[in-house]
Parts: sequence; structure tokens; C-alpha cells
Amino acid sequence: MWKTIARRFLIMIPQLFVLSIFIFILAQFMPGDPFSGLITPQTDPNRIEELRELAGLNDPVYVQYWNWIVNMFQGDFGDSYTFKVSVASLIGDRGLNTLWLSLLSVFLVYLIAIPLGVIAGRYQNSLKDKTIVLYSFISYAIPTFVLGLIFVYVFGYKLQWFPTSGTKDVEEKAGTLGYYWSIIYHLLLPAITYAVLGTTAIIQYLRSEIIDAQLQDYVKTARSKGIPMKKVYSRHIFRNSLLPIAAFLGFTITGLLGGSFFIETIFGYPGMGKLFIDSIMARDYSVITTLIMLYGFLTLLGSLLSDIILSIVDPRIRIE
Amino acid sequence: MKTSEEVLANNLKSSNEILKINHLRTSFRIKDSYYDAVDDVSLSLKENEVLAIVGESGCGKSTLATSIVGLHNPLNTKVTGEILYNGSNIVKLKEDDLNKIRGNDIGFIFQDPLSALNPLMRIGDQIEESLFFHTKLDEQQRKKRVLELLDQVGIINPKRVARQFSHQLSGGMRQRVMIAIAIACKPKIMIADEPTTALDVTIQAQILDLLLDLQAETNAGIILITHDLGVVAEVADRVAVMYAGQIIEIASVQELFNNPKHPYTRSLLNSIPQVERESEKLEVIQGIVPTLTKLSKHGCRFSPRIPWIDESKHEKEPQLHEISPGHFVRCTCWKNFHFDGEKGGSHL
Repeated sequence: MWKTIARRFLIMIPQLFVLSIFIFILAQFMPGDPFSGLITPQTDPNRIEELRELAGLNDPVYVQYWNWIVNMFQGDFGDSYTFKVSVASLIGDRGLNTLWLSLLSVFLVYLIAIPLGVIAGRYQNSLKDKTIVLYSFISYAIPTFVLGLIFVYVFGYKLQWFPTSGTKDVEEKAGTLGYYWSIIYHLLLPAITYAVLGTTAIIQYLRSEIIDAQLQDYVKTARSKGIPMKKVYSRHIFRNSLLPIAAFLGFTITGLLGGSFFIETIFGYPGMGKLFIDSIMARDYSVITTLIMLYGFLTLLGSLLSDIILSIVDPRIRIE
Repeated sequence: MKTSEEVLANNLKSSNEILKINHLRTSFRIKDSYYDAVDDVSLSLKENEVLAIVGESGCGKSTLATSIVGLHNPLNTKVTGEILYNGSNIVKLKEDDLNKIRGNDIGFIFQDPLSALNPLMRIGDQIEESLFFHTKLDEQQRKKRVLELLDQVGIINPKRVARQFSHQLSGGMRQRVMIAIAIACKPKIMIADEPTTALDVTIQAQILDLLLDLQAETNAGIILITHDLGVVAEVADRVAVMYAGQIIEIASVQELFNNPKHPYTRSLLNSIPQVERESEKLEVIQGIVPTLTKLSKHGCRFSPRIPWIDESKHEKEPQLHEISPGHFVRCTCWKNFHFDGEKGGSHL
């Protein structure tokens, strides 16, 4: 198994290499450059040219690519033109914010979706089931920004239960209990918004898996052993129904760094989703390319992680 | 086929009935009406007896078997009649009381052991489950008993197999494991629903031998559901032939094979390929078993498949008639039955 995992990591190198070429070419195609947004009628065109020269934008394409790759291997992802800090520390800050938000969101998603999926599947076609399915369809259909705005307006502005922007209170001292509470407090509303809308897939998966598992022969066997129905569900049906969700867990884990542009924008939460879109708007090459490389790597890692998790929970699957 | 002395001895020592089914009717709801998959079946099972139930697919054999342990979904199934076991009527029992009987007094063996075993649970744990719910053994004793059971069903390396998963075993091993589950609590009755259908022929014989060996130890009564008449001839004491939800003939295995009466039984036996027979054509029974929704509730249900027999030869409401001790046949059409193309004549 370890051999396979090592091999999968090695295969990632050419995959990432191909990805890097694509990213570089696409970045070249983007109209404008980091300085075009700064041009005003008073700007000296020579100054811009000077800046371009300094940034290496006038070098031949292959030299630019080579420099980019070499620097990346040395852990230098360049500086952000907009934020005037190194890309590494920028992504570090934003990534951490997003990680906390995603962790809480995913936790809430599972907290809501698993019981609902289980109930819907177990009491198929009952009123409970129909209500849950209706909820999952409605939540799937509502755009994130609509519910986000409603929540900000109702819970943030009208009821004043939650803060409407930022990641923490500036008055709290770092390290104190109040400091950590204020971080969680700021996470709650965006996380709840995300969770309410993000449950559909898991509810529907779990529901159909349970309905399917109920009809399996091994459930009949379990019942013929005289096991009470409750135990048949807990010992045989639920566990087997969770497999597809476990199979997706790898992507969920690596997806924690993805962030959501809408949620972060509406709740004024500085995270990865917002950083990504903002960088594209600002032609902030170094940030964009680094982020896409990172997401590419995470996707590959997610698929490997999913395979490993599946091989742990399903004895029929062994990584050879 | 067992010799007549054996049968006689069997009958003598096991005259006590352990299961009695009276007028059992199992109906499934399809759209808004109920249709009888098992229609007024009465049967009894004695200790140490192998009762075979045969018939084509869709005749209600498996439904009958699962009705005995009440495994149907009560939302779309209606079961009426009596299944008397140990002084109580299983049909009327509550789920909790049924669970005391299932697995404990009645062991169930399913057709396809690959799908009947939980793929994510270790073999040992699956056997242990019945012990956990039916016995007072502590964990260590249960583990020990699991190994004993695996040994009893002829598994060479019980310790290893107990830790394995079903996909790691061969088909024959899996069915042995199923049998170990069924006999874990020493049931008085074993219901085997086509236990050898999914296995190849050499393994079939081993599994049947195993069932008979276990029966010799426990004196359990076995209900063997099968469509394989070869298996019936080998292991059964009595045979009930089912067609379209009804029993159409029931007799001891000798009587049934030597002196079959009902046209359906005769057609079934006639369709067994035989080496001596010159014709290269396989004998088949015309038509198919009627589906539940298209089943006529009146007249002889087999008559559409023997159209060359005149309608007047059938009873209007066919009943089971005892034509010799222990040999029952439904309808009177058998008296005038001949195979298509043969000359008509009385078989009296």
C-alpha cells in the first residue's frame, strides 16, 4: 500500500508540470497586466515600462516560465502586486481563515445532512421523508448570495445576533478565551449559511443508499437472525450506506481550502475564495497562478486521499 | 433416494410435528389491490424430516419460506392463516416475539451467500450476532462457539476465516458460513431457500451432505426450497409441489417420483433431461407461470398450460384429494391427463 501511495505521489509530478504549463499560457492570454489598472492621465508611460522591465514582464516567455518554476521550487511564489506582501504569507493568512470557516461549515453540513438523510431513507415516502426531500430541493435551488444576504439582513442587521463582517474583534487580546470565542462568533453566520445550502448532495446520497441497502440480502439475513430492526439499521444498513460519503471525504478534506467567493464577499470575510476572484480582477498573476497550482495539487491529493479512506472503510477495496 | 426402510424408520421416530401451517395466505399489495402469492397453503413439518418444496420460479416457494419467519414488509404484505410453532401462532406474533424465534428456533439459509453476507462485516462477527441476541454467553464464550460452529460446518481454518470478509471466501465456503449462522443457536427448524442453486455441482453435493449431517445431530426439521428435482430425490423425505401459489401435489419422495399424478408434477419430471431418451429435444412445459396480477382465482390454475386437455376434465374449484395415504393431488384433471401428442387415455 505504501508503495502505491509513493507511486501516486510520483505520478503527480508530471501532472502538475502539465498543469503549470497550462496555467502559465492562460495567464499570458489575460489582457492587461498588474500595472494597467494603475495608469492615470498623469502617469509617465516610461515609468510603467520601467516597472514592467523590473517585474520581468519583458523577458521572453520561456525565461519567465523558467524563473517562475525555479522560484516556486524554492518556495518563492513572488509578491502580490495588489497587497504588496509575499504570496506565501498572503495565502497563509487567507488560507487559515478559510480553513476555519470550511471546517465549521463542513461539520455543520454533516451535522444536518446525516440525520436528515438517515431519517428520509429509513422512513421513505413518509411525511418526514417528503419534508426533508423538499427542504433539500429548495436549499439546492436557492442561490448562495440570496440566502447570505437574507441572513445578514435578518440575523446581522435587524436582530443584531451576529457580526456581519470580519474575522475577529480587534479589541480582544490574542490568546485569550474571548479572542477565540470572537473568532468562532464571526464564523457562525457564514458557516450556517453554507451548511444550510450545502446539504443536498449528502442527504440525497444517504437517502438513496439507505433505501437501496434495506433491500439487500444481507439485511434479510440479519433479520432472519432475529436481530431487532433498530440494531439491523445501526449494525448493517447505516454503515454500508455511508460508503459513498466516505469515498468523497478525501475531496471534502482537500476542498476545505477552496473557500466560497459568495459567502466570503457577503460576510466580508477575508478568505481564499475572495482572494482568488479579487486577484483575477486585479490581474495579480503571481497570486492567481499560485492559487491554481495549489488547487490542482489539492485535487490530485484529494483523489488519492479518497482512495486511501475507501480502502480503509471498505474491506473489498485494497490498494495494491 | 432413501430406501423405504429408512423412510419407515424416519416416520416412526419422528411422528411429532414441530411446525404446522394452516390455510396460509400471503398477499402482496400491487397498486391498490392485494394479490395472493401464497394461496391457502397447509403443510406440516416433522422433527428430523426434510420437506422439499418444488416448483418453477414465481410459484410462491420463497414467499412461503419467508412468511414462516415473518420477513415481509407489513406495509405491503398481508399474511393470514396459522403458522403454529411451539404453541404459538407465528402469524399473530409481535416483532419482538418473532425475533426470539428467528435465528433461535428457526434458522434460515439463503440462495446466494455472496449477497446474503454483509460485505463489510467480518465472518466471525456475523455468526456471533445471533449468539449475542439469543444466548447468555459472554464474549469469550461466543468467540469460542463461533470457531466451533465454523469447524462444525467443515471449514478448515476457523480462526483465519472468522477474521475474513465474505469476498475472500469461495462460494462453497460462504454457503458453509451461512449454514453456520443458521445453526448457531441449534434451531429446531431450518429453512433452506435454494441453498445450492448458486453453487457448482460438486459443491452442491457437499453442502447437501453437510445439511443432512447437521440434521442427524440436531434432529431439526428442514424445509428445502428448490427447483432442482435431482436435489429433491437425493435428500427429501416428503415433497410438496407448488404451482401459482397453491400446493398441487404432496407425497413422500418415493411416491412422488414413482407415481406422480398431477399434470404439473408429471410435466416437471418429464422435463428432466435423460441420457437414455432418444429425442434430442428438451421436453418443456408450454407457457409460463401466470404473474400474480393475471392469475385466475377460479378453476384449475394449470389448465392454460395443458390446452389439449378438455376444460370439462378439470374441477370447477379444485381441491386437494387424498388418493393414497399421505399422497394428495389437487384437481381431478390428472385422471385424464396425457402429454401433448400422446394418445389420450385414463391413468387410473
